[in-house]
Formats: sequence, C-alpha cells, structure tokens
Amino acid sequence: MDLILVNLIDGLVTGLLLFMLSAGLTLIFSMMGVLNFAHASFYMLGAYFAFQISIALGFWMGLLLAPLIVGVMGAGVERYGLRRVHQYGHVPELIFTFGLALLIEELVQFVWGKNQMPYEAPEILQFTAFAIAGNSIPAYKIFMIFISVIIFIGLLWVLTRTRVGMIIQAALTYPKTVEALGHNVPLIFMGVFGVGTALAGVAGVIAGPVLGTFPGMAFVLGSIVFVTIVIGGLGSLWGALVASLLIGWMTTFAKAYNLRMEDLLTWIGFTKPEVLWDSAWRDLWTITSPQIADILPYILMVLILIFRPYGLFGKRDA
Amino acid sequence: MSDQFTTDPTKPAQRMRAGAMILPLSPWIIAAFLLCVMPFIFTNNSAITIMNQMAITIIFALAYNMLLGQGGMLSFGHAVYAGVGGFACMHIINWDGFFSGLPLPILPVFGGLMGMGLATIVGSFSTRKAGTVFAMISLGVGELIAACSVIIVAFFGGEEGISGDRTYGLPFFGVEFLQQIEVYYLIVFWLMLSAILMYLYSRTPMGRMANAVRDNPERAEFLGYSARWVRFYSFVASGFFAGIAGALFAINYEILTEENLNTTQSGIILLVTFLGGVGFFFGPILGAIVFTLVQTVLSLQTELWGFYLGIIFVATVMFFPGGLAGLIMMHVPALRLGKLGHLGVPYLKTLLPAAIGTLGAAALVEMTFHVRHAATGDHEMTLFWTTFDSHSFLPWIIAGVVTFVGFAITRATAPALVEAWNEANTPEGMSR
Repeated sequence: MDLILVNLIDGLVTGLLLFMLSAGLTLIFSMMGVLNFAHASFYMLGAYFAFQISIALGFWMGLLLAPLIVGVMGAGVERYGLRRVHQYGHVPELIFTFGLALLIEELVQFVWGKNQMPYEAPEILQFTAFAIAGNSIPAYKIFMIFISVIIFIGLLWVLTRTRVGMIIQAALTYPKTVEALGHNVPLIFMGVFGVGTALAGVAGVIAGPVLGTFPGMAFVLGSIVFVTIVIGGLGSLWGALVASLLIGWMTTFAKAYNLRMEDLLTWIGFTKPEVLWDSAWRDLWTITSPQIADILPYILMVLILIFRPYGLFGKRDA
Repeated sequence: MSDQFTTDPTKPAQRMRAGAMILPLSPWIIAAFLLCVMPFIFTNNSAITIMNQMAITIIFALAYNMLLGQGGMLSFGHAVYAGVGGFACMHIINWDGFFSGLPLPILPVFGGLMGMGLATIVGSFSTRKAGTVFAMISLGVGELIAACSVIIVAFFGGEEGISGDRTYGLPFFGVEFLQQIEVYYLIVFWLMLSAILMYLYSRTPMGRMANAVRDNPERAEFLGYSARWVRFYSFVASGFFAGIAGALFAINYEILTEENLNTTQSGIILLVTFLGGVGFFFGPILGAIVFTLVQTVLSLQTELWGFYLGIIFVATVMFFPGGLAGLIMMHVPALRLGKLGHLGVPYLKTLLPAAIGTLGAAALVEMTFHVRHAATGDHEMTLFWTTFDSHSFLPWIIAGVVTFVGFAITRATAPALVEAWNEANTPEGMSR
C-alpha cells in the first residue's frame, strides 16, 4: 500500500510534466491545425537556457528568464517561419517543424556539445520532504508538482475567465469572424504559439535537473508527447491532461512492479517450453513489465486508434 | 480500358505513336546505360560501395515518395517497412535448407512481400485519415516497432542485430556474389526494375487516383472512390518497394541492426525525398544521389555536417518547397522560349558571390566550434587546406570580411537576376 502511494506520486510528477508539454502542443494544434514537431525541442532549449542562466544568476532567475526567451523564440518561429510555410499546406508545415527539430538538436550540440550538462536542482530544494515507509520523497518532486498545478490552474483561468482567453477560444473556432470583429488574429496565433512554447520551456527548466540536460532529451520525450495528445484526442486540453496522467502512472507502475509474462501465460494455461532458448516464443516468455514500460504508451496508442480513432476526448472530426 | 493502350503496328497513325514512344523511354535507356557503365569509370571499391548505397537509397526514396509526393501522406516511420523486409531476408539467408536452393537475385521479392505484409496490417488502421493524424500514427507505430527490436530478440537480434552470409545461396549462372561488383549489378537490376514499376504504377488509374485523393479527398469521394482505400493501396505498394530496398540493404551489408528501423532512419528518408523534390518522379532519385554524395564528402570534412544539413533542409522547406527537382523544372519555361542562355551571366553574378559568402559563413561557424569545443591549448585548426591559429584575430577578420562582401554583392546583384528571370520567362514581343 505504501509503495502504491510512492508510485502514485512518481507517476503524477511524470504525468504533469508530460501535460505541460502536451498542453501547449494541443493548444497550438487546435489553433493552427499543425502539430509542432519541434515542441520538445523548445523544452530542451528551456533546460539548456536555464542551465546557462543558473550558472550566472542562479536557478530561480533561470526559471523566470528561460521560458521567456523560449517563448520569444517560439513566437519568432511562428512569425517568420510557419506563417511563411502555411501557404503551402499542412504537410509542408509539419515537415518544417520536423526540420526545425533536427536543426535545434544540431544547434544545441554545436553550442553545448554532446555531453550532459551539470544542471542541478537548487540547494534550497535538496532535502527530503517526507518519507512513506522508508521511501523518501525529495522536495524537488513536490516542487515540480506544485509548479505544474499552478500553471495548469493559471492556464485554465486565463482561457475561461479572462477576456483574452475568450478571444483565443473564439479564434480557435471562428478565426474569420473574430478577425471581422476587429481582432488581430495572426497576432493571437503568434501569442498562443509563444505561450505554448514557453510552457514547454518551463517544463524543460524544471525537468532538466531530474531527467538530465543532454542533446537527446527532446528526442526521448518528443514522441511520447505526440502519443499523449493522440491518445487524449487531438486538440482537447482535458484529453491531454487525462492521457498525460494515464501514461505517467502506467509507465511508473510497470517499472515498479516486476510483472512477468511467464506468470500470466501459465495462469492462462500455457505450459512453459522445456528448452526455452530454442523456442521461437522465447522472447514472449521472458518479457517483464519494466522491460516494456517504455513502449506501453505506443501500444495504448495503437489500441486507441483501432477502437476509438478520435482519441479519448477528441471530437469525431478532429 | 485496355484496348485504349494497345498499339496496332499495321495502322500508320499507330506506328507513328509507337515511334514517339522512344522519346519518353530515352531517360530510362540513358539511366540503364549509365548504371551499367559506372563501375568502369569509378573502379575502386569505395566508389562501388557508395554507388550501392546510393541505389538502395534511391529505391527507398522513390517508395517513400509514392506516399509523400503522390499520395500526400507524410510518414515518420517508413524505415520500419524497409527494416522489417531486410530482417526477414536476413533470416532467409540464415535458413540453410531454404536459402541453398534460392538464387540470391530472387531474395528481394521476399523482402518486398514482408514489407507489404506489415504495411497491410498497419495500413488497415493508419490510412483512415491523411495529413497530421496519419503522420502521428506512423510515428507511433514506427517508435513501437523500433522499440520492439530490443525486446523481440528472436527476430531482431537485440542490440547487435543479425548478420548472415549472402554467398550461401544457389549460384546464379555461376555467380556467387562474392564481390562488391556482382552485388552492384544485382542492386542495379532491382533499381531499374523497381523504378520502372513505380513509374508505371504512378501512371495507372490507381496512381492517378492517389494524386486526386492527395489534392482533394472530398471530391474524389464524390466521384465514387473511397479515399481511404486509395490511400491504403498506395501505402501497401509503398511498403512493398520499401521492403525491396531493405532486402537489398541486407544483401549489400550482410548485417541489420535496430538502426535500420528507428526514427532517425525514417527522418533521413524524409529529408532525402524532400530535398530532391516531391513534385516530380525523378526528384527522390536526385535527392538520394546528392544526399549520399554530400553525406560521404561532408562527413569526412566536418563534424558539423548535420548542422549544415539541418539549415539546408529548413531553408528548402521555407523557400523552395519543390526541392531540387522543382528548382530544375522551374527553368523549363525559359528553355522552351529559348532564353535560358540569358540567365547565365546574371546567375554567375549572384550565385558565385553567394557561394563564397556561404563558405565564409561556414568558416566562421567552424572556427566558433573549434574555439568552443577543442581541447584546451589546442589552438591549431585546418580549414580549406590552410592551418592557422583559431584564437588569433586575423582568420576571424578574413572570414568575416569574405562573408560580408560575398553577401553584400549577392544582395546588390539580386534585383538584376530577378529582372533577367522575368525577362527570360516572357515570350518574345509580349509585354509583362
């Protein structure tokens, strides 16, 4: 029971981190109809910028400044890149963001090299918050949960309670009408793109010390983020939240409990072959849940696509 | 339908049409001739290795373009079909009882069938939607299968992959494929065959419908075609040819690893196809040739070639969405008007300084990289056949001035080029 609680917290941290990325991605998607392939790259840039700033000014200034820089860069990409490519259609847009992701990874390697950066959590947060049955929970994890929840509530408040949020929501569905009412829709698009990438930047800043700041970090998380929003339903913010938490808990629990395929197969009624190493099914018998934890999201995605193609919360015509 | 295409040589009009067939055939004949002669021009082994690599990439890129260019479907996981086809072939090669009765040149058929089988399974649910949804599914499935390669050791061989020996097959007219050159001709045979088949496929009603579905799926549906099934057939056909490319990879390198399946490989083929140009059939061919050459040459010269490649790719998407083939075909109207020669001098005036400026910028980039990442105390670097101290001012000033002057001249002469371009594309006696 205690272990379940520990894993729940761990899964929550992963899930909320995923949500910070997928929230921005899904907002951008529902607005412009294009998936930003480079979204995870902005997350990586956030971590690297925060690392560079934290050397000079400390962690907290990094947390404040790095997302701002990333957001401005994102807005620039929308203004000078995507808007130009938009005229060619959605597929070239997707290819553009793919190319951008490649370029940003190369750029990061060019500036910071291929090694992992010594980016650490601030000393003030390096203590054990509390312990559950001997498993200590670091304060930094609680801090991560705290930040993510604040950002989520803030985002929800801005989108549903403020005038700006109303205009954004209107622009998502009826851009032409909103434009006719005198609002600058391209500016709104640029703003939302900037905010979305800034969110990814925040995720990078707080994930960098835990998951490591290295050139492959965008690649590691990138495809999981896409899987998340496909599972949640393209363009649905709630779907992104549910799917993120689902994936977070699923992978954490799969890693924590060593469930063996062997037990499952014997339970069903198969008998284990005598000479396992020569059997064509040997890999099936030796699979354990920690081994497949990282591909569980993909399996879930394929299943969702077969049985519910528009995702958990997606609309039919998304 | 079929009697529209048959030619009866007894009728004079038909005979003339048969004679006119030579012209569209000429690129194929020239290509076949060139492919046969190439090994006699570039005789050393490394050249043949590069050409093998190139030919395999061409088949793969053409197969990929059946989706991207002709069907409008962007796949981020197409390496999976080539990879699985290759893995299947490697298992056949290692299956003594069967392989010793099988001539090696037949083997790619099995790779193709395997790729096709996998594409049938995946396509059954992934081709429901085009565009973004298809792209995401292809990425997810690609990641899934690539990740499986470490888990399903029996088929994928885990981290070290699987390897085999192609020479154990039934000798094919006495040829045992011991040497690279023999493999080269095998690959070239399959290259020509698959390229012709893919070209013919694009001319069939099926291939034409793929274009229609790409451009306007709704209208195609109203005409009575199921957009989903058209996409599905394109996907399956593309999987077949990708499988052939994978099989040829297995024959050529005799080893397959997880690297043949992963997303990086899928990204590379997207890069190759798009750089070559998705709008024309020969685009991917061009892309594969240029990419393989650039990869081989640049990666020997600089560590930063991936960086340059990324810049070129993003610039292509932004400014020349037609790719190399699109750039070449842009000149056809001027050629038809007989005014292509008028462009020579303006091109030289603009592009030569631009090239010099680019080289200067590249030098700046290289020097920055050297200063940042070379071991401490290592101040010497070699660039453009000159060795100098990267920490002194002079090289920086030279590179900076070269870059600035190059781009300044380009900027100054660009309006003249635009003028010449408009002039060359205007028929005689017509006002613009």
